[in-house]
Amino acid sequence: MAANLSPVASPALDVERVRRDFPILDTVVNGHPLVYLDSAASAQRPRAVLRAVEEYETHSHANVHRGVHALSQAATAAYEGARERVRRFINARSTREIIFVRGTTEGINLVAQAWARPRLRPGDEILISTLEHHANIVPWQLVCEQTGCTLKVAPINARGELELEEFLELLGPRTRLVGVAHVSNALGTVLPVKRVIEAAHEVGAVVLIDGAQAVPHSIVDVRALGADFYVFSGHKLYGPTGIGVLYGREELLAAMPPWQGGGDMILTVSFEKTTYNELPWKFEAGTPNISGAVGLAAAMDYLESLGLPAVAAHEQRLLQLATAELARLPGIEIIGTAAQKASVLSFTMKGVHPHDLGTVLDAEGIAVRTGHHCAMPVMTFFGLPATARASFACYNTEHDVSELVRALGKAREVFV
Amino acid sequence: MDLKELYRDVILDHNRHPRNFGRIESADRSAQGHNPLCGDELSLFLRMNGTRVEDIRFEARGCAISTASASLMTEAVKGKERAAIRELFEEMHRLLTRHDEVPAASLGKLAALSGVREFPARVKCASLCWHTLNAALDHDAATVSTE
Repeated sequence: MAANLSPVASPALDVERVRRDFPILDTVVNGHPLVYLDSAASAQRPRAVLRAVEEYETHSHANVHRGVHALSQAATAAYEGARERVRRFINARSTREIIFVRGTTEGINLVAQAWARPRLRPGDEILISTLEHHANIVPWQLVCEQTGCTLKVAPINARGELELEEFLELLGPRTRLVGVAHVSNALGTVLPVKRVIEAAHEVGAVVLIDGAQAVPHSIVDVRALGADFYVFSGHKLYGPTGIGVLYGREELLAAMPPWQGGGDMILTVSFEKTTYNELPWKFEAGTPNISGAVGLAAAMDYLESLGLPAVAAHEQRLLQLATAELARLPGIEIIGTAAQKASVLSFTMKGVHPHDLGTVLDAEGIAVRTGHHCAMPVMTFFGLPATARASFACYNTEHDVSELVRALGKAREVFV
Repeated sequence: MDLKELYRDVILDHNRHPRNFGRIESADRSAQGHNPLCGDELSLFLRMNGTRVEDIRFEARGCAISTASASLMTEAVKGKERAAIRELFEEMHRLLTRHDEVPAASLGKLAALSGVREFPARVKCASLCWHTLNAALDHDAATVSTE
């Protein structure tokens, strides 16, 4: 992934044109033009996504895989077409490996309950890192309670990087599953996931990568990475909320029991014996989020039309600019200074609580995330209750960075 | 919106220089408050004389609103009877949640927190200390959460 984040030869992004694709950027917030620096929480949607969803809802909606009528067939084609779009986006072998879920959180819970829970025993270990989002911690804690297996946590260093040596030492014959983020949501650290996967496979462990913060910023090729499971959310990728993707290697998914029962996940049902549907539908009980899948496919089209390398290079420039500008401000401490980062700038201001910072910035029309970022162990590691976090996307500009810097000066005037 | 309505001088002052800050050794009552959303943490220590709060101190790690609110609260309730504190609690609740309410005269300096109601995401910051005080008065030791 690191290669994708360096400014490789790619056409520069025409940001002003990109901005015109996002109608919400015209919003006025508290008397100021919106400066949206919270895309790591949820990215905004381009018109192409809004239109695709409306088009589907207006002309093609019915239930999928059910009727012989025209609309049901149109909906099924749109939904399964979206699955093929996702397969191409992450270069999976087959659409049987693409499970639509509500988001990253549901994808991880699915793997925890359908892969880990039936297999793990007391003495087995699950290995994660200190950097994980709660969604990649709590599902494994539940599995530990349910099976008696043990959760191990690989440490990070003061820059917010995974301590690879200690991670490798924690890997062993007892390790059955490794779950790590591709990019830390709280700090922006890019983890060496290819190395992690190779090492985990050497000891026979299965690897789940939480890709929620990675897919918007780099080309992810699940086969080149060698990931067993890779999960991400649509709404961080300029798509709708309530839709996400679990990629799983087919042989693993095929050996897993369904995790929810209901319609669409069965072939035949009788009170004596029910047979389950084939992949991927075995894991998609109930009517799915059809318009969400359609919107996600449109978001992938859109992002590829911009060119992910160009988007990544643009975001890296903004991240470097913002890092340099904030570092010059009195009282600002940047939290997370990894050599490889993507999009995210977490920081604190001496004497000002992040929530007060967030309120002052909001009064200036600037949206940042403040809080523990659903990564309380990371906050604990740095001895902080919370940080402020600015995150950059394809539609952000140098002007957004200077507005942030200006408003931080204002916050300092108020409180210090 | 006007930030000065939220961060009035009284609030900024109590944030920079919180009153009654610290612990009471061998307190009669204590309670911890926690706002998981913000990470605000608050400890209250009370010395009682019957049903009267003889002394009150607090320790906190939180935003300006939660720190100032706790500081103002300790000043307001010190020396008061439980029944009077209950009434203050109700008045504060109205102040923080009702938009058209004129602050009751009994609130005194606490009325400086009225700006908080225009910032819904911050109401819990101001109310945490009051819920924690309730817990301390109702139980000998307790932990309350805003969630």
